Amino acid sequence: MLKQSIESLGNRTIQGVWRIGFAARFFVAMLLHSGTAFRRFGLTIREMYFTGVLSLIIILVSGLFVGMVLGLQGYETQQRFGSESALGTLVALSLVRELGPVLAGLLFASRAGSAITAEIGLMKATEQLSAMEMMAVDPIARVVAPRFWAGVISMPLLAALFSAMGILGGYLVGVLLIGVDVGTFWSQMKSSVDFEQDILNGVIKSVVFGVAITTIALFEGYDAPPTAEGVSGATTRTVVTSSLAVLALDFVLTAFMFRGLN
Amino acid sequence: MNKTVLDLWVGLFVIAGFAALLFLALKVGSTSAVSASNSYEVVARFDNIGGLKPRAPVKSAGVVVGRVADIRFDNETFEAAVTLRLDKRYAFPKDTSAGIMTSGLLGEQYVGLEAGGDSEALKDKDRILITQDAVVLENLIGQFIYGKAQEGAPQ
Repeated sequence: MLKQSIESLGNRTIQGVWRIGFAARFFVAMLLHSGTAFRRFGLTIREMYFTGVLSLIIILVSGLFVGMVLGLQGYETQQRFGSESALGTLVALSLVRELGPVLAGLLFASRAGSAITAEIGLMKATEQLSAMEMMAVDPIARVVAPRFWAGVISMPLLAALFSAMGILGGYLVGVLLIGVDVGTFWSQMKSSVDFEQDILNGVIKSVVFGVAITTIALFEGYDAPPTAEGVSGATTRTVVTSSLAVLALDFVLTAFMFRGLN
Repeated sequence: MNKTVLDLWVGLFVIAGFAALLFLALKVGSTSAVSASNSYEVVARFDNIGGLKPRAPVKSAGVVVGRVADIRFDNETFEAAVTLRLDKRYAFPKDTSAGIMTSGLLGEQYVGLEAGGDSEALKDKDRILITQDAVVLENLIGQFIYGKAQEGAPQ
Protein backbone atom coordinates (compact mmCIF):
# COMPACT_ATOMS: atom_id res chain seq x y z
CA MET A 1 0.00 0.00 0.00
CA LEU A 2 2.68 2.47 1.10
CA LYS A 3 5.03 1.28 -1.61
CA GLN A 4 2.33 1.74 -4.20
CA SER A 5 1.53 5.32 -3.15
CA ILE A 6 5.21 6.26 -3.13
CA GLU A 7 5.58 4.72 -6.56
CA SER A 8 2.64 6.64 -7.96
CA LEU A 9 3.91 9.87 -6.40
CA GLY A 10 7.32 9.38 -7.99
CA ASN A 11 5.71 8.48 -11.30
CA ARG A 12 3.58 11.62 -11.28
CA THR A 13 6.59 13.80 -10.42
CA ILE A 14 8.59 12.37 -13.29
CA GLN A 15 5.66 12.80 -15.66
CA GLY A 16 5.31 16.41 -14.51
CA VAL A 17 8.98 17.20 -15.10
CA TRP A 18 8.75 15.46 -18.46
CA ARG A 19 5.80 17.62 -19.45
CA ILE A 20 7.58 20.81 -18.38
CA GLY A 21 10.58 19.86 -20.48
CA PHE A 22 8.35 19.11 -23.46
CA ALA A 23 6.52 22.42 -22.93
CA ALA A 24 9.83 24.32 -22.94
CA ARG A 25 10.91 22.59 -26.16
CA PHE A 26 7.50 23.33 -27.65
CA PHE A 27 7.82 27.02 -26.73
CA VAL A 28 11.26 27.31 -28.33
CA ALA A 29 10.11 25.46 -31.47
CA MET A 30 7.15 27.81 -31.70
CA LEU A 31 9.40 30.86 -31.55
CA LEU A 32 11.83 29.38 -34.09
CA HIS A 33 9.01 28.59 -36.54
CA SER A 34 7.40 32.02 -36.20
CA GLY A 35 8.64 33.12 -39.62
CA THR A 36 5.55 31.77 -41.36
CA ALA A 37 3.26 33.69 -39.00
CA PHE A 38 4.76 36.94 -40.28
CA ARG A 39 5.52 35.98 -43.87
CA ARG A 40 1.94 34.83 -44.36
CA PHE A 41 0.40 37.44 -42.09
CA GLY A 42 -3.07 36.52 -43.36
CA LEU A 43 -2.92 33.42 -41.17
CA THR A 44 -2.22 35.54 -38.07
CA ILE A 45 -4.95 38.01 -38.99
CA ARG A 46 -7.44 35.14 -39.30
CA GLU A 47 -6.51 33.98 -35.80
CA MET A 48 -6.69 37.53 -34.46
CA TYR A 49 -10.28 37.56 -35.63
CA PHE A 50 -11.07 34.48 -33.55
CA THR A 51 -9.06 35.35 -30.45
CA GLY A 52 -9.29 39.14 -30.46
CA VAL A 53 -12.36 40.37 -32.29
CA LEU A 54 -14.67 37.67 -30.93
CA SER A 55 -13.47 38.42 -27.36
CA LEU A 56 -14.36 42.10 -27.76
CA ILE A 57 -17.95 41.91 -26.55
CA ILE A 58 -17.16 40.14 -23.28
CA ILE A 59 -14.14 42.39 -22.63
CA LEU A 60 -16.01 45.63 -23.30
CA VAL A 61 -19.09 44.70 -21.29
CA SER A 62 -17.12 43.36 -18.31
CA GLY A 63 -14.84 46.40 -18.38
CA LEU A 64 -17.80 48.72 -18.26
CA PHE A 65 -19.38 46.87 -15.35
CA VAL A 66 -16.13 46.55 -13.38
CA GLY A 67 -15.59 50.29 -13.79
CA MET A 68 -19.13 51.04 -12.67
CA VAL A 69 -18.76 48.87 -9.58
CA LEU A 70 -15.42 50.54 -8.81
CA GLY A 71 -17.11 53.91 -9.09
CA LEU A 72 -19.88 52.93 -6.67
CA GLN A 73 -17.70 51.12 -4.15
CA GLY A 74 -14.90 53.65 -4.35
CA TYR A 75 -17.28 56.53 -3.74
CA GLU A 76 -18.94 54.68 -0.87
CA THR A 77 -15.57 54.14 0.84
CA GLN A 78 -13.98 57.46 0.03
CA GLN A 79 -16.87 59.65 1.13
CA ARG A 80 -16.44 58.25 4.64
CA PHE A 81 -13.29 60.28 4.99
CA GLY A 82 -14.21 63.06 2.63
CA SER A 83 -11.91 62.23 -0.24
CA GLU A 84 -14.50 61.47 -2.89
CA SER A 85 -12.73 63.93 -5.17
CA ALA A 86 -10.02 61.28 -5.59
CA LEU A 87 -12.52 58.86 -7.16
CA GLY A 88 -10.95 59.29 -10.60
CA THR A 89 -7.55 58.37 -9.21
CA LEU A 90 -8.88 55.25 -7.53
CA VAL A 91 -10.75 54.01 -10.60
CA ALA A 92 -7.95 54.77 -13.06
CA LEU A 93 -5.06 53.45 -10.99
CA SER A 94 -6.74 50.20 -10.00
CA LEU A 95 -7.83 49.56 -13.60
CA VAL A 96 -4.64 50.53 -15.38
CA ARG A 97 -2.27 48.84 -12.96
CA GLU A 98 -4.11 45.69 -11.96
CA LEU A 99 -7.68 45.01 -12.95
CA GLY A 100 -7.32 45.81 -16.65
CA PRO A 101 -4.51 43.36 -17.43
CA VAL A 102 -5.56 40.71 -14.90
CA LEU A 103 -9.30 40.56 -15.57
CA ALA A 104 -8.79 40.88 -19.32
CA GLY A 105 -6.26 38.04 -18.99
CA LEU A 106 -8.68 35.83 -17.06
CA LEU A 107 -11.48 36.50 -19.54
CA PHE A 108 -9.10 35.95 -22.44
CA ALA A 109 -8.00 32.62 -20.94
CA SER A 110 -11.54 31.35 -20.61
CA ARG A 111 -12.88 32.85 -23.85
CA ALA A 112 -9.98 32.43 -26.29
CA GLY A 113 -7.58 30.06 -24.51
CA SER A 114 -10.13 27.29 -24.10
CA ALA A 115 -11.18 27.63 -27.76
CA ILE A 116 -7.56 27.36 -28.91
CA THR A 117 -6.98 24.22 -26.86
CA ALA A 118 -10.19 22.58 -28.03
CA GLU A 119 -9.46 23.40 -31.67
CA ILE A 120 -5.89 22.11 -31.66
CA GLY A 121 -6.78 19.12 -29.50
CA LEU A 122 -9.51 18.18 -31.97
CA MET A 123 -7.16 18.71 -34.92
CA LYS A 124 -4.81 16.27 -33.25
CA ALA A 125 -7.59 13.79 -32.39
CA THR A 126 -8.83 13.80 -35.98
CA GLU A 127 -5.23 13.43 -37.15
CA GLN A 128 -5.22 16.68 -39.12
CA LEU A 129 -1.83 17.54 -37.63
CA SER A 130 -0.37 14.18 -38.74
CA ALA A 131 -1.88 14.73 -42.18
CA MET A 132 -0.09 18.06 -42.42
CA GLU A 133 3.19 16.42 -41.48
CA MET A 134 2.58 13.85 -44.21
CA MET A 135 2.28 16.71 -46.70
CA ALA A 136 5.57 18.17 -45.38
CA VAL A 137 3.73 21.10 -43.79
CA ASP A 138 5.06 21.82 -40.32
CA PRO A 139 2.00 22.04 -38.04
CA ILE A 140 3.95 24.17 -35.54
CA ALA A 141 4.65 26.77 -38.22
CA ARG A 142 1.27 26.52 -39.97
CA VAL A 143 -1.14 26.08 -37.03
CA VAL A 144 0.55 26.90 -33.73
CA ALA A 145 2.74 29.94 -34.36
CA PRO A 146 0.05 32.15 -36.01
CA ARG A 147 -2.25 31.49 -33.06
CA PHE A 148 0.53 32.38 -30.64
CA TRP A 149 1.30 35.72 -32.27
CA ALA A 150 -2.38 36.52 -32.68
CA GLY A 151 -2.85 36.04 -28.93
CA VAL A 152 0.25 38.04 -28.05
CA ILE A 153 -0.88 40.95 -30.25
CA SER A 154 -4.53 40.82 -29.16
CA MET A 155 -4.01 40.63 -25.40
CA PRO A 156 -2.54 44.14 -24.77
CA LEU A 157 -5.17 45.68 -27.04
CA LEU A 158 -7.94 43.89 -25.15
CA ALA A 159 -6.47 44.96 -21.80
CA ALA A 160 -6.27 48.58 -22.95
CA LEU A 161 -9.87 48.43 -24.14
CA PHE A 162 -10.89 46.91 -20.80
CA SER A 163 -9.19 49.72 -18.86
CA ALA A 164 -10.63 52.42 -21.10
CA MET A 165 -14.15 50.99 -20.80
CA GLY A 166 -13.69 50.67 -17.03
CA ILE A 167 -12.70 54.31 -16.71
CA LEU A 168 -15.72 55.21 -18.81
CA GLY A 169 -17.89 53.13 -16.45
CA GLY A 170 -16.38 54.85 -13.42
CA TYR A 171 -17.09 58.17 -15.08
CA LEU A 172 -20.70 57.19 -15.79
CA VAL A 173 -21.39 56.20 -12.20
CA GLY A 174 -19.14 58.69 -10.41
CA VAL A 175 -19.85 61.82 -12.40
CA LEU A 176 -23.20 61.33 -14.11
CA LEU A 177 -24.97 59.26 -11.46
CA ILE A 178 -23.48 60.32 -8.13
CA GLY A 179 -22.37 63.80 -9.07
CA VAL A 180 -18.64 64.00 -8.42
CA ASP A 181 -17.34 67.11 -10.15
CA VAL A 182 -16.31 66.41 -13.77
CA GLY A 183 -13.20 68.57 -13.65
CA THR A 184 -11.99 67.10 -10.36
CA PHE A 185 -12.57 63.57 -11.61
CA TRP A 186 -10.38 63.97 -14.71
CA SER A 187 -7.73 66.31 -13.30
CA GLN A 188 -7.17 64.22 -10.15
CA MET A 189 -6.86 61.17 -12.38
CA LYS A 190 -4.46 62.87 -14.76
CA SER A 191 -2.23 64.27 -12.04
CA SER A 192 -1.74 60.95 -10.26
CA VAL A 193 -1.56 58.43 -13.12
CA ASP A 194 1.92 58.35 -14.57
CA PHE A 195 2.35 57.29 -18.19
CA GLU A 196 5.55 55.30 -17.72
CA GLN A 197 5.07 53.97 -14.20
CA ASP A 198 1.42 53.02 -14.47
CA ILE A 199 0.21 52.74 -18.05
CA LEU A 200 3.32 51.26 -19.68
CA ASN A 201 3.77 48.79 -16.83
CA GLY A 202 0.14 47.74 -17.32
CA VAL A 203 0.81 47.18 -21.02
CA ILE A 204 3.94 45.13 -20.21
CA LYS A 205 1.86 43.02 -17.84
CA SER A 206 -0.76 42.33 -20.47
CA VAL A 207 1.88 41.31 -23.03
CA VAL A 208 3.38 38.86 -20.53
CA PHE A 209 -0.08 37.47 -19.75
CA GLY A 210 -0.75 37.13 -23.48
CA VAL A 211 2.43 35.07 -23.93
CA ALA A 212 1.64 32.89 -20.91
CA ILE A 213 -2.01 32.24 -21.76
CA THR A 214 -1.53 31.42 -25.44
CA THR A 215 1.51 29.24 -24.73
CA ILE A 216 -0.39 27.23 -22.13
CA ALA A 217 -3.46 26.95 -24.35
CA LEU A 218 -1.47 25.86 -27.41
CA PHE A 219 0.64 23.39 -25.45
CA GLU A 220 -2.35 21.81 -23.73
CA GLY A 221 -4.03 21.38 -27.10
CA TYR A 222 -0.91 19.99 -28.75
CA ASP A 223 -0.24 17.63 -25.85
CA ALA A 224 -3.88 16.51 -25.36
CA PRO A 225 -4.61 12.77 -25.54
CA PRO A 226 -6.34 12.26 -28.92
CA THR A 227 -9.71 11.28 -27.43
CA ALA A 228 -12.88 13.21 -26.64
CA GLU A 229 -12.12 12.84 -22.95
CA GLY A 230 -8.53 13.97 -23.43
CA VAL A 231 -9.55 17.12 -25.29
CA SER A 232 -12.14 18.09 -22.68
CA GLY A 233 -9.62 17.51 -19.89
CA ALA A 234 -7.03 19.60 -21.72
CA THR A 235 -9.53 22.45 -22.16
CA THR A 236 -10.28 22.47 -18.45
CA ARG A 237 -6.58 22.37 -17.62
CA THR A 238 -5.97 25.33 -19.93
CA VAL A 239 -8.45 27.53 -18.10
CA VAL A 240 -7.25 26.46 -14.64
CA THR A 241 -3.51 26.64 -15.37
CA SER A 242 -3.57 29.87 -17.31
CA SER A 243 -5.78 31.61 -14.72
CA LEU A 244 -3.36 30.57 -11.99
CA ALA A 245 -0.42 31.61 -14.15
CA VAL A 246 -1.96 35.05 -14.72
CA LEU A 247 -2.49 35.63 -11.00
CA ALA A 248 0.94 34.33 -9.99
CA LEU A 249 2.73 36.26 -12.73
CA ASP A 250 0.77 39.35 -11.73
CA PHE A 251 2.14 39.13 -8.22
CA VAL A 252 5.71 38.68 -9.45
CA LEU A 253 5.46 41.53 -11.97
CA THR A 254 3.82 43.86 -9.46
CA ALA A 255 6.57 43.13 -6.95
CA PHE A 256 9.17 44.03 -9.57
CA MET A 257 7.44 47.09 -10.97
CA PHE A 258 6.02 48.91 -7.99
CA ARG A 259 8.28 47.92 -5.13
CA GLY A 260 10.75 50.77 -5.35
CA LEU A 261 8.18 53.35 -6.29
CA ASN A 262 7.88 55.20 -3.01
CA MET B 1 -16.40 33.96 -43.85
CA ASN B 2 -15.17 36.22 -46.59
CA LYS B 3 -11.52 37.10 -46.21
CA THR B 4 -11.94 40.84 -46.75
CA VAL B 5 -14.73 41.14 -44.19
CA LEU B 6 -12.52 39.35 -41.68
CA ASP B 7 -9.63 41.71 -42.37
CA LEU B 8 -11.94 44.66 -41.85
CA TRP B 9 -13.00 43.39 -38.43
CA VAL B 10 -9.42 42.76 -37.34
CA GLY B 11 -8.45 46.21 -38.59
CA LEU B 12 -11.28 47.76 -36.59
CA PHE B 13 -10.20 45.79 -33.53
CA VAL B 14 -6.58 46.95 -33.82
CA ILE B 15 -7.64 50.56 -34.36
CA ALA B 16 -9.98 50.39 -31.35
CA GLY B 17 -7.19 48.90 -29.23
CA PHE B 18 -4.75 51.61 -30.16
CA ALA B 19 -7.43 54.25 -29.64
CA ALA B 20 -7.92 52.90 -26.11
CA LEU B 21 -4.17 53.06 -25.50
CA LEU B 22 -4.10 56.62 -26.81
CA PHE B 23 -7.03 57.52 -24.58
CA LEU B 24 -5.19 56.08 -21.57
CA ALA B 25 -2.00 57.91 -22.51
CA LEU B 26 -3.51 61.32 -23.23
CA LYS B 27 -6.63 61.58 -21.12
CA VAL B 28 -5.84 59.39 -18.12
CA GLY B 29 -2.09 59.58 -17.65
CA SER B 30 0.53 62.25 -17.90
CA THR B 31 4.27 62.03 -18.10
CA SER B 32 5.65 63.37 -14.87
CA ALA B 33 9.25 62.84 -15.83
CA VAL B 34 10.87 66.02 -17.09
CA SER B 35 13.25 64.76 -19.76
CA ALA B 36 16.93 65.16 -18.99
CA SER B 37 17.68 67.12 -22.17
CA ASN B 38 15.48 70.13 -21.44
CA SER B 39 15.93 70.37 -17.71
CA TYR B 40 18.55 71.38 -15.18
CA GLU B 41 19.21 70.12 -11.69
CA VAL B 42 19.70 72.09 -8.52
CA VAL B 43 20.30 70.82 -5.01
CA ALA B 44 18.55 72.08 -1.90
CA ARG B 45 19.51 70.98 1.61
CA PHE B 46 16.94 70.61 4.36
CA ASP B 47 17.19 69.69 8.03
CA ASN B 48 13.88 67.89 7.76
CA ILE B 49 12.01 66.91 4.61
CA GLY B 50 8.96 65.45 6.35
CA GLY B 51 7.19 63.07 3.97
CA LEU B 52 8.66 64.34 0.71
CA LYS B 53 9.09 61.59 -1.88
CA PRO B 54 10.96 61.30 -5.16
CA ARG B 55 8.81 62.41 -8.14
CA ALA B 56 6.94 64.90 -5.96
CA PRO B 57 6.16 68.12 -7.84
CA VAL B 58 8.22 71.30 -7.56
CA LYS B 59 5.92 74.30 -7.74
CA SER B 60 6.42 78.00 -8.01
CA ALA B 61 3.39 80.24 -7.55
CA GLY B 62 1.36 77.05 -7.63
CA VAL B 63 2.52 76.03 -11.10
CA VAL B 64 4.46 72.78 -11.52
CA VAL B 65 7.94 73.72 -12.78
CA GLY B 66 9.78 70.45 -12.11
CA ARG B 67 10.02 67.27 -10.09
CA VAL B 68 12.03 65.96 -7.18
CA ALA B 69 14.64 63.78 -8.85
CA ASP B 70 16.48 62.34 -5.89
CA ILE B 71 16.59 62.50 -2.09
CA ARG B 72 19.75 61.57 -0.23
CA PHE B 73 21.02 61.79 3.31
CA ASP B 74 24.31 63.63 3.64
CA ASN B 75 26.27 61.87 6.34
CA GLU B 76 28.69 64.77 6.82
CA THR B 77 26.26 67.60 7.48
CA PHE B 78 23.41 65.34 8.64
CA GLU B 79 21.06 67.04 6.24
CA ALA B 80 18.81 65.80 3.49
CA ALA B 81 20.11 66.68 0.02
CA VAL B 82 17.16 66.99 -2.35
CA THR B 83 17.90 67.15 -6.07
CA LEU B 84 15.29 69.14 -7.99
CA ARG B 85 14.96 68.69 -11.74
CA LEU B 86 13.57 71.93 -13.16
CA ASP B 87 12.21 72.63 -16.61
CA LYS B 88 14.69 74.64 -18.75
CA ARG B 89 11.93 77.02 -19.78
CA TYR B 90 11.86 78.43 -16.27
CA ALA B 91 14.90 80.30 -14.96
CA PHE B 92 15.07 81.27 -11.32
CA PRO B 93 17.28 83.90 -9.62
CA LYS B 94 20.26 82.68 -7.64
CA ASP B 95 18.74 83.66 -4.28
CA THR B 96 15.53 81.68 -4.81
CA SER B 97 14.31 79.99 -1.65
CA ALA B 98 12.88 76.47 -1.43
CA GLY B 99 10.40 75.25 1.14
CA ILE B 100 8.56 71.98 1.72
CA MET B 101 4.84 72.58 1.64
CA THR B 102 1.77 70.42 1.98
CA SER B 103 -1.15 70.70 -0.42
CA GLY B 104 -4.24 70.71 1.74
CA LEU B 105 -4.24 69.57 5.34
CA LEU B 106 -3.29 65.95 4.69
CA GLY B 107 -2.32 66.17 1.04
CA GLU B 108 0.93 65.26 -0.66
CA GLN B 109 4.05 67.24 0.04
CA TYR B 110 5.78 69.29 -2.62
CA VAL B 111 8.70 71.69 -2.91
CA GLY B 112 7.69 75.32 -3.24
CA LEU B 113 10.11 77.74 -4.89
CA GLU B 114 9.95 81.44 -4.15
CA ALA B 115 11.92 83.60 -6.55
CA GLY B 116 14.38 86.09 -5.12
CA GLY B 117 15.73 89.31 -6.61
CA ASP B 118 19.17 88.34 -7.85
CA SER B 119 19.99 89.24 -11.45
CA GLU B 120 21.92 86.00 -12.03
CA ALA B 121 19.97 82.82 -12.71
CA LEU B 122 20.38 79.36 -11.15
CA LYS B 123 22.47 77.06 -13.31
CA ASP B 124 22.80 73.28 -13.53
CA LYS B 125 24.29 71.71 -10.34
CA ASP B 126 23.80 74.94 -8.38
CA ARG B 127 22.68 74.92 -4.79
CA ILE B 128 19.66 76.66 -3.32
CA LEU B 129 20.93 78.27 -0.13
CA ILE B 130 17.77 79.48 1.54
CA THR B 131 15.54 76.58 2.53
CA GLN B 132 12.60 76.09 4.81
CA ASP B 133 11.98 72.72 6.41
CA ALA B 134 8.80 70.72 6.39
CA VAL B 135 6.34 71.51 9.13
CA VAL B 136 6.13 68.58 11.51
CA LEU B 137 2.68 68.37 13.00
CA GLU B 138 3.91 66.94 16.31
CA ASN B 139 6.24 69.93 16.84
CA LEU B 140 3.41 72.35 16.11
CA ILE B 141 1.10 70.64 18.57
CA GLY B 142 3.93 70.56 21.09
CA GLN B 143 4.49 74.29 20.70
CA PHE B 144 0.79 74.95 20.99
CA ILE B 145 0.45 72.95 24.20
CA TYR B 146 3.56 74.58 25.60
CA GLY B 147 2.13 78.02 24.78
CA LYS B 148 -1.20 77.19 26.39
CA ALA B 149 0.52 75.94 29.51
CA GLN B 150 2.52 79.18 29.70
CA GLU B 151 -0.69 81.20 29.36
CA GLY B 152 -2.44 79.37 32.17
CA ALA B 153 0.56 79.46 34.53
CA PRO B 154 0.17 81.61 37.65
CA GLN B 155 2.03 84.92 37.35
